[in-house]
Formats: sequence, C-alpha cells, structure tokens
Amino acid sequence: MAMRGFVVVTAFLLGVMAWGAQPHATHLAEGEPPEKLSAYALFAGDPRQQRPAAGVLKYDLTTPLFSDYTLKHRFIKLPPGTMIHYRDDGVFHFPVGTIIAKTFTYPHDQRRPQAGERLLETRLLIRKSEGWIGLPYLWNEAQTEAELDEVGGTVDVSWIHDDGQPRKNNYIIPNTNQCKGCHENQGVMEPIGPKARYLNRSGPGGVQNQLEHWHEAGALAGLPEKSKVPKTAVWNDPATGTLQERARVWLEINCAHCHNPRGPAMQSGLDLRLAQHEPAKYGVWKSPVAAGRGSGGRLYDIVPGEPDASIMVFRLESTEPGVKMPELPSRMVDAEGVKLIREWIASMPRGQPPAPGLGRQLELPPSGPWQVRALHKTR
Amino acid sequence: MQLRMGLALCLLFPALLAADQEPKKGRVIHLKPGPDAQREVQRALIRAKPDDVLELAAGTFEFNASLSLTVPNVTLRGQGMGKTILSFKKQDQGKEGLLVTADGFTAEDFTIVDSKGDGLKVNGARRVTFRRIEATWSEAAKETNGAYGLYPVQCKQVLIEECVASRASDAGIYVGQSQQIIIRRCQATENVAGIEVENSFDADVYDNEAVNNTGGILVFDLPDLPAKNGGRVRIFNNKVHANNHPNFAPKGNIVGTVPPGTGIMVMATDQVEVFKNKVQDHRTANLSVISYFMTQRPIQDKEYDPYPEGVYVHDNEFERGGYDPAGEMGMILAALLGKPLPDILYDGCVNPKKLVNGELPPELSLRLARNGSATFASLGYDRSPILQFMLRKPKIERDARRFEGEHPALKPVLLGSIP
Repeated sequence: MAMRGFVVVTAFLLGVMAWGAQPHATHLAEGEPPEKLSAYALFAGDPRQQRPAAGVLKYDLTTPLFSDYTLKHRFIKLPPGTMIHYRDDGVFHFPVGTIIAKTFTYPHDQRRPQAGERLLETRLLIRKSEGWIGLPYLWNEAQTEAELDEVGGTVDVSWIHDDGQPRKNNYIIPNTNQCKGCHENQGVMEPIGPKARYLNRSGPGGVQNQLEHWHEAGALAGLPEKSKVPKTAVWNDPATGTLQERARVWLEINCAHCHNPRGPAMQSGLDLRLAQHEPAKYGVWKSPVAAGRGSGGRLYDIVPGEPDASIMVFRLESTEPGVKMPELPSRMVDAEGVKLIREWIASMPRGQPPAPGLGRQLELPPSGPWQVRALHKTR
Repeated sequence: MQLRMGLALCLLFPALLAADQEPKKGRVIHLKPGPDAQREVQRALIRAKPDDVLELAAGTFEFNASLSLTVPNVTLRGQGMGKTILSFKKQDQGKEGLLVTADGFTAEDFTIVDSKGDGLKVNGARRVTFRRIEATWSEAAKETNGAYGLYPVQCKQVLIEECVASRASDAGIYVGQSQQIIIRRCQATENVAGIEVENSFDADVYDNEAVNNTGGILVFDLPDLPAKNGGRVRIFNNKVHANNHPNFAPKGNIVGTVPPGTGIMVMATDQVEVFKNKVQDHRTANLSVISYFMTQRPIQDKEYDPYPEGVYVHDNEFERGGYDPAGEMGMILAALLGKPLPDILYDGCVNPKKLVNGELPPELSLRLARNGSATFASLGYDRSPILQFMLRKPKIERDARRFEGEHPALKPVLLGSIP
C-alpha cells in the first residue's frame, strides 16, 4: 500500500516535471567536454589564421565589449540541419548543440593586424539541452592547440599599440564561474552579443549584411524585411548615431549584462540597457548604494555636464580592483570608450538634482552663526 | 502554476518536505594553504558538487584574485576564526574576497582579511548561513577598506551568528534587499556601520554587541533599488555602546551621512521594534528615528516611502547620549536643540497624505514605552531644505507623552529548518 502510494506520488511528480520540461534533442556529446579545442573542428587550416571551417559562421558586432584592446574572432557552429531563430529584441534562439566561440588575440602590431596575432584564449558557449554552459580554452605557446582550463589564469603579453608605442598587459583569462558572472542572469546562462541590433551589419570576408547572408545560407529563420530589423549605432563612428546613441550602446554592451533589472548588479538599481529610457535609472542624479570607495568621493553616478563629478567616469577610469568598472575581467582602461562617456555627460545640460532634491539650493553662507556646511553639494 | 502544484504536493505529503531538509552527506574535500592556493581553492569551488564540504586547513591562504562559488548546498569550513585565514592582501583581480551566487551556502570558522572590496558576499540566494566568520582589514579603519565585511544581498533565509566584523568602510555586517534574516551573537567594531539591515523584510537582530563604530546598528530603507519599503525588523537584547568612531566612509555613500556617536538609527523603515537594548555613551544620539529627507538627497523614485512608520521603542536602557553631537547632521541637530541632544531623537517628519485630523493614525505613529529616564525630542521636520527649516523656528516637542503607547509585538523570524 505504501509502495503504491509512492508510485502514485512519483508518477505525479514526473508528470509535473515533464510538463515544465522543454522538448530537446541532443546533437553534441553531453557529459564531460573535450580537453582540446580542436575536437570541436571550428577552424579551417592553421588555427592562427582563425578561418572558419566549412559550415561555421564567422561574424562581427556593431559595438563590441572592450577587452583590454584584444581583437576578437567570433564563430557560430550549428548542428547540421538546424537553424537560428530570429528575435527582435533579445538573444536569438539557438538550437541545442550550437557552439558560439570567441577567440581573443593581441595583434603583434595593432596598426597591422594582418601581420600576425598572439592567440590567448577561445571562450565557448555551448547550448546544451539544459541550457548554455561556458568553457575557457587556453592557447599554447606554439599556438597549435588550446586546452580547457576551468580555473582560467593570466598571460603576460606585449604588443605595439595603434599609436606605435609598445604596450603590455597581464591579461586575465576568466574562470568558468566568471563566465557566469557576465553571462548568467538569475541562474540562466545566455550569450550577450548575438542579438539582431548588434549583428545587423557587414561581416568578415566581404559579407554585405550578416543577417541576410545567414538567412540566404539557410542558417537563420524568421528574418523580417530589412527595414524592420533593429540596428545599434557603432560606438566610435559618429556617422552611425548621435553622441547619446553611441554612448548608450557602448554602456549597454560593456555594462548591461550585469546592470539590468535581472542581472547580477541589479541590487545597485543602475540599469544600463538601451531599452531603459528613464535618466534616473541609467545614472543621472542617482546616489550610489553599495559603491564603497567606488564612489571616489563623488555624489552621483552622472552629474549632467560634469564628467569629473560623475562616479561613472571615476570607475571607468580606474584600474584599481574594488573600484574599477567593469569589475572583471579587463585590467585596462578603454581610453576611447571613456572619452565617449565623458563627451556624452559633458553634453548634458547642467542643472540641479531634481525635486524633492534639496541639494544645491542649500548653499549656506561660508561662515556664520550656523557653521554648518551643506550636506549635499557637487564639485 | 508549477509552484502552486509543488506547494500542494508538500501540503499533501509533508514527508516530501521533511526529507528535503535532512542534512545530506557529501564529500569532504581538504584544502591546504600553499603557493598554488588560488588555483586549488578556486578549482575546488568550481568542481564542488551539492552537499560537499570544503574543509580549509589552519594557516593563511594567500589569494591574488576573488574566489567564487556557484554550486548550491556547499559548506566552506575552516578551523576557527584567526586560525584559518583567507588573505586577500595581494588581490589584484576582482572585487570581493569570496562571491557566492548559489543557494544553501554555509560558511563556518574562518577569517577573511584585506579584500579589495566586500569580504564575503552572497548574491541572490536562499538559505545563507555564516557561523563564526570574521571579516576584517588588517591595517586600520580607513576609507580604502572594502565596503562590507559580511554581505548577503537579495537573499532569503539568512542566518549570521557568532560572527565578527571590523573596519569595513561601510557596514561590518550588512544584509540588504533580503527577507527572513537573523543576526545574533555577533560583534561589530570599528566599522562605519556596525550592523545594518537595509531594504529588507522580517529581520531579527539580537544578542549582538556593537562598539566603537560610527553607528552601532542601522535599519535603513533607501530609494532607487529593486527591493524597497522594507519593514518588520526587531532589534533587541543588543549591547550598543560608545559608537563614536569618526566616519570614514568614502563620500557619496549614504552611510557617510551617519553622524559619529550614533547608537541605533532607524531611517525610513516601517514596523521596527527596538526593545530591551542597552544603548549608551553616544556623543550624538543613542537612538534616532528619521525620514530619508534628513539625508538632504533627492528622491526620484516615485514608489519609495521615505517615512519611518509604526516604529515601536520599548524597554530599552539608554545612558549618556548626545553629549557632544558630531557630523553635519549632529551639528544641525545641536543648532536646533542645544546640547546635550536627547537619547531618543525623532525627526517627526510624517506623510501629509496619511494624516487624519492632523495626526498620523495610531498604527503608523512612533510609540515609546518603558524606556527608563530616556530623554526625547521631535523636530517636527517638514521636508524642506534644512536651512529654511531652521530659520522658520521649528516647533520642537520634548514632551514624549503624545508618543507613549504600544504597538503589537512583531512575530519572531523563522528560518524554516534553522532553529
């Protein structure tokens, strides 16, 4: 009798579980991932060339994440006979078995990347039946193979920068938990870049438009007509958008994977998605909450017209752990990115903190019977 | 819908629920200090399986990067505070010492020292236990220390017991945007805020000692956050004394406005019961109950409630408060009230929309009972800029009779399986 009860409960439980489960097909070996990157057969010929193998899509983004001046080679490998499904807003829907790969390299000379690159790591996102997982593969010195290293590490690198000067970096390869740090929202791992608005551009190898190319190749389903596909500005190309548009897209791609209402930095209340249209939510006159010394002694994330009074600029310009933003994994300041954010903040009309902001109306006489300083003032 | 089914199942078959709460046996993985500690400990944290115990040997583990854990139901256990030490003195990557984003995490018996940012942070988890954990910074109480020592945020079912936190540049023990919280038998010293509960619901803070912080125990509610308008917080049986440390919070942080010499401060939080505490030797105020308007900061958040309502203060012992008010807020208060400031200081700021015949309904008003010989003042603050307010010769009430009375006692916090 007890046994029968157990069976009934179990059957009921299984029913509930099956009800919520997604239909799935397994195209990729589930279980332990291969130790060597070559097992995925992503590249054609010498991996140093980073040419896609037949059937592998190589792509670029309108505005990329800044990663200490590395160059990136991005690939998508779909299981045979499957397609990506277009979505207007979020990340495209990828079939189980999809591999998204991103190789980080330093060109020996940033002015002539074609003269050769040092491969550092290839990060994989693999769509398993239970969701995405992230795996870091580290390239060997000989640049012939990359091996899985869940703990990540650091690599000392040097290169000639685009100003002709030598630069060096102790480049951080994130561990698998740190992959989740950027890619996981509320326990669900997701790619960041492959969204319509970032992919809607020309591609490597002379491709006119990546999305149309994929559609024609039978890799992308549901692509609407061209005028309906969103497109972001290119952060460093004024012909593609206003100062505000370019600054906001730079902030979205570099920050919004954490700073969104469901992301790991949601407790800060700062939302840097492009879709956020309320200035207070993307930092204007916003007081810090748990910034600690990250505030740099400044009172608001963004003080319109005053980049040097804005916490956002302070943190973007810092290389100090505990202060710098993004927290990980970059070490260097994106000088050109910060310049854009500075120009954007400088272009905002100066003003007062909004009501019932009692802030700067509260200028007290420098000395007097009160001998009380304003609680609240900006520089 | 699935959730509801699950709930129905648990109601029908309580045995299912009970079985889930029995401690399960996992592996015990032993870790020792050494030159490769960073990789070894991080690898163990990545490879851990649910119900594993990672046992840290005695000695000093030196790390140069943040550690992180994403596997649920893992215990990280040392050999005692001061015996197993996780040192982040050489940290050059990441912010926290240890960042946990997984349910069912237990930390026991170790010290975290010199993290660049927060010491031990748990983000968005259920069932968090810190037991005999120390978080501190070795050099001094200074602005460049990390913000929080022990820092669960956006968590449910949080137990922090017998922990020690010192020298944090914001709060030693800080629970933010969380629910069902117990902080007991802890000690907080030399922090800006000793113990702080912020934007949270259902917290019990008892049998703790807060000494030589800028503010001993703070209960805050702040705007512009996803979780706000918190309440139902009990602060009781605590020893809060001589929290007169200079405020060393980096400017811009809200805790930077806390005046040195603050015993207990309740800001903008509703239904806070402060009772049976011993609060003494605070140069500014043993207890203050204030609205967010006192910070003089803008409020852009339309859903935010800046008023502390239904605060109940009873059976406390107050001694030697307000003898030498400090900080900007302290100086303003001194200018208004003269010295010494009273033991219990209320800004008297009330939501005009909630007044009935010019008075707050009884369930929303401040209530005081049996606080010995405690002195009292209410400022009748009206949200205007402080200077304008001061120039208007505000109506200050020193007679507490209008506030005498009781609120129903709040219910104790229950953490499910944790007694």
